[in-house]
Amino acid sequence: MPQVTFIEFNGTAHTVAAENGLSLMRAAIDNNVPGIDADCGGNCACATCHVYVSPEWQGKTGAQADMEIAMLDFAAETKPNSRLACQINMTDALNGLVVTMPDGQH
Amino acid sequence: MTATAAVPATPSTFLPEYRDYGRAEAFSMPVKDIDVSNAYWFQNDTACHFFERLRRDDPVHFSDNARYGPFWSVTKYKDIMQVDTNHGIYSSDWTQGGIALMNLPMDQRLQMFIAMDQPKHDVQRKAVSPIVAPGNLATMEATIRARTCTVLDNLPRDETFNWVEKVSIELTTMMLATLFDFPMEDRKLLTWWSDVATSVPELDGLVESQEARQAELGKMLVYFTKLWNQRVNAPPANDLVSMLAHNPATRNMGPLEYMGNLVLLIVGGNDTTRNSMSGGILAMSKFPEEWAKLRANPKLIDSMVPEIIRWQTPLPMMRRTALQDTELGGKQIKKGDKVVMWYYSGNRDEEVIQRPNDFIIDRARPREHLSFGFGIHRCVGNRLAEMQLKILWEEILKRFEKIEVMGEPKRLLSNFVRGISHLPVRLPS
Repeated sequence: MPQVTFIEFNGTAHTVAAENGLSLMRAAIDNNVPGIDADCGGNCACATCHVYVSPEWQGKTGAQADMEIAMLDFAAETKPNSRLACQINMTDALNGLVVTMPDGQH
Repeated sequence: MTATAAVPATPSTFLPEYRDYGRAEAFSMPVKDIDVSNAYWFQNDTACHFFERLRRDDPVHFSDNARYGPFWSVTKYKDIMQVDTNHGIYSSDWTQGGIALMNLPMDQRLQMFIAMDQPKHDVQRKAVSPIVAPGNLATMEATIRARTCTVLDNLPRDETFNWVEKVSIELTTMMLATLFDFPMEDRKLLTWWSDVATSVPELDGLVESQEARQAELGKMLVYFTKLWNQRVNAPPANDLVSMLAHNPATRNMGPLEYMGNLVLLIVGGNDTTRNSMSGGILAMSKFPEEWAKLRANPKLIDSMVPEIIRWQTPLPMMRRTALQDTELGGKQIKKGDKVVMWYYSGNRDEEVIQRPNDFIIDRARPREHLSFGFGIHRCVGNRLAEMQLKILWEEILKRFEKIEVMGEPKRLLSNFVRGISHLPVRLPS
């Protein structure tokens, strides 16, 4: 299983095992990583699993789809590397992925 | 709505099919005759049975109501999610009819961003959303907590009082006044305008007629125009009026659009949190083992707050209009059809939520409820609402061993706000 690291807004890092085929959001929720709310359960229908993908990983995590762009448009503190974690599908190619989090999910 | 609203003694003039139905009727009447827009079923709290029947027998259900015309009722969680996230098919735009069941005459429709499609919706929403961004919430927390403490400390002991009036309305109205930087001494006007905005005059009698309702909202506009003129000539400040007056997307709004957005922000910040503040107390009294659980483990407040919002579902519905022919839950929806998402029903969907009628403060995934809506129109103030409730319950736990509910609540005669106007409680000393 690929390992991913979530870094909270306060700098605390959490490295967890993610299940292939599930989303990056699920890896956070299933491992009780704080800072990811995931209100809609992975439907790309809120913006509460907002993360920043480290630049070196952006090529591998793929691009935002239209609905993701629309939802991120309403999140606070978005940046060019903002993603919704529910829209990143975990594979072995993402082993070692590092993402950081905003100061709150909104 | 306030307890002083004059409710007509004989309701039959408005909804001829009204009877005080209950569960037996809900499961025995022909399904085609079920019309869940019946506000009396919300007032007497029997709507849940009719929704349960529809979820079982006809989840995407057609009704033809004398007042609202034909409409579809969407009652299952997944179907509601499908409608809410497909804003390109299901329009919210006021020109199509907006977000409420009733198609008002064009000149009476509220032009507010919740009732706009992209792209205008997006830019107007973004003009005000910074006020409830995480950073700003942190700066408001101390004020909210101080007020909550004062309100709770001044409650009478050993006597029955109305929780809605003394706590829920008081706290949410002060919050609104802060968000608008509205004169605190006039804050009761905000409650009044909120009640007027959601009233259906022919039904609840709060004001005499649609014209009287428009006239009251006109007074709101006059008052707020004064505030606008002050703010637009001052440097940008951290309040909603100033944000609207200075943002390029909203600073040239016409008066109807300003009025519409004021209604949205007032109702959005008022009816919703108010009724969750009351509903939580009611829920605790109906499920006393949850109160024991919470007292034993106050950290459960974090999962309890979204559970309160699910259980109460202060706004039970939102309406959309189909912009094209489409299919939903096996039914053919035609372009122009009115489609109503019943969030209250989706929040009781037994396929998605276990024991959905029960209030359970330690659910595994309590945040996955529909009360805030989903998709681009999702509630902008959701995190503020949650923070207000969290602080309220933290301070309740510090003060009261028990809150006794002394009688049945009085509920609103409304299918748009699932609200409580009177909740008699007693705090034993």
